[in-house]
Amino acid sequence: MALTATRRGERLLAWGLLLPCLAAVCAFAFWPIVYSFVLSLHRIVLGLPGLGEPFIGLGNYARLLADPTARSSAAVTLVFVAVSTLLEVALGTLMALALDKSFRGRGLVRAAVLVPWAIPTVVASQMWRFILNDRYGLLNWLLFGDQVASYRAWLAEPGWALAAIISADVWKTSAFAALIVLAGLQTIPREINEAAALDGAGPWQRFRHLTLPLVLPALAVALVFRTMDAFRVFDLVFVMTQGGPANATNVLQFYGYKKMFAEGFMGYGSAVSVMVFVMVLAVSLLYLRLVGRRLLRGEER
Amino acid sequence: MRRGHLIAALAAGGFCLLALAPFAWLVLTSFKTQLEVTAIPPTPWPGGSLEFYRSALSRYGLMHFVLNSLIVAGGTTACTLCLGVGAAYALARLRMPGRPWLMGALLLVSMFPQISLAGPIWRMLQAAGWLNPYQGLIIPYVTLTLPLAVWILTSYFSELPRELEEAAMLDGCGRLGALVRVILPLAGPGVFTAAILVFIYAWNEFFFALLIMTRRAVQTLPVGIALFQGQFTMPWGEIAAASTVATAPLVALVFIFQRRIVSGLSAGAVKG
Repeated sequence: MALTATRRGERLLAWGLLLPCLAAVCAFAFWPIVYSFVLSLHRIVLGLPGLGEPFIGLGNYARLLADPTARSSAAVTLVFVAVSTLLEVALGTLMALALDKSFRGRGLVRAAVLVPWAIPTVVASQMWRFILNDRYGLLNWLLFGDQVASYRAWLAEPGWALAAIISADVWKTSAFAALIVLAGLQTIPREINEAAALDGAGPWQRFRHLTLPLVLPALAVALVFRTMDAFRVFDLVFVMTQGGPANATNVLQFYGYKKMFAEGFMGYGSAVSVMVFVMVLAVSLLYLRLVGRRLLRGEER
Repeated sequence: MRRGHLIAALAAGGFCLLALAPFAWLVLTSFKTQLEVTAIPPTPWPGGSLEFYRSALSRYGLMHFVLNSLIVAGGTTACTLCLGVGAAYALARLRMPGRPWLMGALLLVSMFPQISLAGPIWRMLQAAGWLNPYQGLIIPYVTLTLPLAVWILTSYFSELPRELEEAAMLDGCGRLGALVRVILPLAGPGVFTAAILVFIYAWNEFFFALLIMTRRAVQTLPVGIALFQGQFTMPWGEIAAASTVATAPLVALVFIFQRRIVSGLSAGAVKG
């Protein structure tokens, strides 16, 4: 009797402790997702409250499908996400392999490669914008020295601008991928590697047949986290290119922001934001299918 | 074996250079003079002038932005930890039905694209009259940092032996008393780790700060730095100075607490 009473008390306490956290998350994360879908079914123009907010059904979505900028925006986003994520995980793996070895000053090295991760993205964006500057930029100077005539305006050329945004993102976030892979590497017992080396396996063979399969779950986690985060790219675009030149870097998060808050089309912008959400959801379901099962099976072993 | 270590050390050195050199360039720029910054080709080494720091302070109101960032990041850290400690304790220790579901739902929140939350949050804050007051920014930050904090804290709490609280409860502490007097002090490092990561997030966040803080007087550092505009030219020197001020505390945090940050980030990510 006393036992069930403490159990009930415990459960009550548990919900009491959880409630504020759940309330915050429901009110400011789950509800907004629903609410943004509701908003996307209305015509809402922020500057013109006199128009009211009429319900227009799927009107915003019909416009979205016919909007060439939205389409190119979606394509730019997918290119950005795919290229930057792959580069980050690849580079992160190399970093993790280097950091996994023991050498003097490893702690300092680990801190140093974490610096880009800690720098505010806005600062990193201004920094790259300055380095890529067409007149006093470091890159032009390193490449062309005193030959000012060959200096290029990197951020004014569509291809280079997108490459610049991707590079800045890779510079900033590879260390995060590296940390996750490193945590995975450190769960592998050293003896396995040493035994294989004694049996005559070369470094590449050991990496390919021993390390890689064992670290695959960590790689998958890094890939998922980086992908979801890459969909959110905004600061780099806002500071470095404002979506230009010619929409070459106009990622969806920036396009949605521009429609909603710069131009005031809250309804149409919400339709864009719902599209982003659906894309992220689709990608995460895809990942779940591809790696989720393998991860679960790995855990059972 | 030896050669492997040498290659690793060389590669690590290369990664360090790539990571630090671009930012070092910005720091060098902050100590130059206007003439040195706009020289073509650039002057690599600064004369050591504080001109840009002075002008960032006096003409661009740098101290204002720093103060706002401290208030918002500090407030966020305090609120997130208060809510997060309770939630994590409940998830780690008390018999909870549906615990994996709750942890999964929190993880889901950390994956939401901000743009999908922006419109609704903006409208809710506008209706409450909370666009610009600090709590208007702190509330979304708390929501978005809670998942990370709860994940880290849960993993730290789960590692503490249950016997400790049982002993405390036998000695007459209630559950809550055991949490506050026994568990929290022991989980101190975990709480501290969560605090560092939440603080860094709130200090660096730009998207919501841009939307919600429209008045200059309440804007945070990232918004200030993104919107620095000169009358005729880009004030690169002042931007570099403000960036150095905004980043110096973070670099210090990273070098002092590297171990904690690494373990916190992997607790949040890998144990999922």
